[in-house]
Amino acid sequence: MAAVRETVDRVRSIESDAYKYGFVTDIASDKAPKGLSEDIVRFISAKKREPQWLLDWRLDAYRRWLTMATPHWARVDYPEIDFQDIYYFSAPKSAPGPKSLDEVDPELLRAYAKLGIPLVEQEILAGVERPRVAVDAVFDSVSVATTFKAELAKAGVIFCSFSEAVHNHGDLVKQYLGSVVPPTDNFYATLNAAVFSDGSFVYVPPGVRCPMELSTYFRINEQNTGQFERTLIVADKGAYVSYLEGCTAPKRDENQLHAAVVELVAHEDAEIKYSTVQNWYPGDAEGKGGVYNFVTKRGDCRGARAKISWTQVETGSAITWKYPSCVLRGDSSRGEFYSIAISNGRQQVDSGTKMIHLGKNTTSRIISKGIAAGKSQNTYRGLVSAHRLATGARNFTNCDSLLIGDACGAHTVPYIEAKNSSAVFEHEATTSKISEDQLFYCLQRGLSGEEATALIVNGFVRDVLQHLPMEFAVEAQKLIAISLEGSVG
Amino acid sequence: MLEIKNLSVEVKGKPILDGLNLAVKTGEVAAIMGPNGSGKSTLSYVVAGKPDYEVTGGEVLLDGEDLLALEPDARAARGVFLAFQYPIEIPGVATMTFLKAALNAHRRALRQPDLTTPDFMRAARGAAQNLKIDPEMLKRPLNVGFSGGEKKRMEILQMALLAPRLCVLDETDSGLDIDALRIVADGVNALRDPKRSFLVITHYQRLLEYVRPDVVHVMAKGRIVKSGGPELALELERNGYRDYTSEAA
Repeated sequence: MAAVRETVDRVRSIESDAYKYGFVTDIASDKAPKGLSEDIVRFISAKKREPQWLLDWRLDAYRRWLTMATPHWARVDYPEIDFQDIYYFSAPKSAPGPKSLDEVDPELLRAYAKLGIPLVEQEILAGVERPRVAVDAVFDSVSVATTFKAELAKAGVIFCSFSEAVHNHGDLVKQYLGSVVPPTDNFYATLNAAVFSDGSFVYVPPGVRCPMELSTYFRINEQNTGQFERTLIVADKGAYVSYLEGCTAPKRDENQLHAAVVELVAHEDAEIKYSTVQNWYPGDAEGKGGVYNFVTKRGDCRGARAKISWTQVETGSAITWKYPSCVLRGDSSRGEFYSIAISNGRQQVDSGTKMIHLGKNTTSRIISKGIAAGKSQNTYRGLVSAHRLATGARNFTNCDSLLIGDACGAHTVPYIEAKNSSAVFEHEATTSKISEDQLFYCLQRGLSGEEATALIVNGFVRDVLQHLPMEFAVEAQKLIAISLEGSVG
Repeated sequence: MLEIKNLSVEVKGKPILDGLNLAVKTGEVAAIMGPNGSGKSTLSYVVAGKPDYEVTGGEVLLDGEDLLALEPDARAARGVFLAFQYPIEIPGVATMTFLKAALNAHRRALRQPDLTTPDFMRAARGAAQNLKIDPEMLKRPLNVGFSGGEKKRMEILQMALLAPRLCVLDETDSGLDIDALRIVADGVNALRDPKRSFLVITHYQRLLEYVRPDVVHVMAKGRIVKSGGPELALELERNGYRDYTSEAA
């Protein structure tokens, strides 16, 4: 538990309410005026020199969005968002991507250093060969540094910013964009379709196993800038790719809106593993500030025996509204969802997954661990459905909730719909509290209350941590300890 | 070493300890015997600092320091160890991970650097071997699915690793068969030291055949009602607690 200790020490050295990543980097940005209109959509598209088809696609989405209302079915409570009081575009000045990290603005690299990203990236900077992690760094909406590109190219893997893909791989983008999450899908996905700024694009050709883990660090940096990332990952027949996404955000007084869309397409026999560590600013102890995170993530197992696996560690954001889902279209395809969602302070989490069984003999597995502390509310919301033709569909769901203290809440809202009588769906759920006896036992052995809590919580989430890539698992353990700071009296 | 003066304790408004006096010398092995409900376990919890035990009077001093003013982890750091009657399960936390966290917490309290992983592994495996604990067990979640005997042995293993000054054993013999009892007793005896004191709480005399006490105290109705040498334990075994319960009543 040295890592936990180190974390506890480090956090203690910071004043209690100072969010670790609460700083603002000064890079002059090129930004559109506040508010949303057709002109803004045209401005964004023009700034990015997009082809006409994409502008039309955005405008269709925008017009559709005007007719939609914000969804209110989730168990989260927040003041109405004024969508005209948000900037929809900002880009660092040196927008055209540098060839290597040497050319990256040192200010930006310093920001990464403060974030602790270097765990992986510093090794790359120092030229260490060992960890094969390619980082496509997204800094305020525009990708400015992409590494390991050459090696990926050798394998035929395309990994670039979304804008770059639009220019260089327009056919692929056109073929797949919106094919999993249609621009009409939901309020926030439609908003994203109209104004998305940038994101990542991955294409792994048939039979190729991507030679390294792909990784993107997202970060909100500009005051009042909504983040509208768009990620599209396609694994062609028999391909394999593992993608890591990590987020941190600087401290803010105003609430920040984040409405990302992630689309995954796995063809026959392909596998996509998508891991997220989300640590956006959660707001202060009174719930002031903090990111509103309204994300649409969906994977489509388009071919037979395709597999998509979502793993997420959610510790940040004032509001999390997120349901990474799998459409199990191909026969014998498989979907997995492993989640750790931690809420503290006044955070509100409404997260879960949807497993849509369409093909025959499709299988899915859901392991969700929710931890609520402070005055937070933590909801698991999930749907498992079997289509009429989904003969032999199987699902196993396990939702465990852990409560710390008596001012928080944990809720489980599972929806199960089986339209095929051969479907076998299993659902297990437990809710427990960290017991006084467990805490006392640990304290009697010399651990402090916070160490004991971190230890017990890490034990609680172990089943999910195992599914994270190694370096992410270590980070996640630290993050869990940080997130629960101050939750023990 | 340990001095308890006129200690009175309530749990949820109900008096359990009633003006208890007890002194344990450095290096001494003191047995506390008594009938069920006499307050033996309460005594062990109060020394260790369990919440919900309200001290309504008296003091508990460790080498003159007021233990009651300290949090449980601070007491542990000063060398108080409680071997639980019912060790707690911690799902998902490998025994090894837990032992390392506890050991390093103690080292930091003594301003010593953390143990390196190889050094720690060596220490843990050695301690496990002495108690005939399969090293594979150290990979399992702490106390989860352990048998009664395994749990008790694991308590002694922790005691050996943490090298406390005051060891409180709460009914460590309960639920043990004779072989397990012998292993546990050997483990305790191996830790006997002129600088270490033991408070061995037990209902039966059986454990004391293996762990020979220097003194035996009889507890009834929340006080020590009689003290004597090891022979007192044998007397209790013959006559039972009837004399003391009626005497105290």
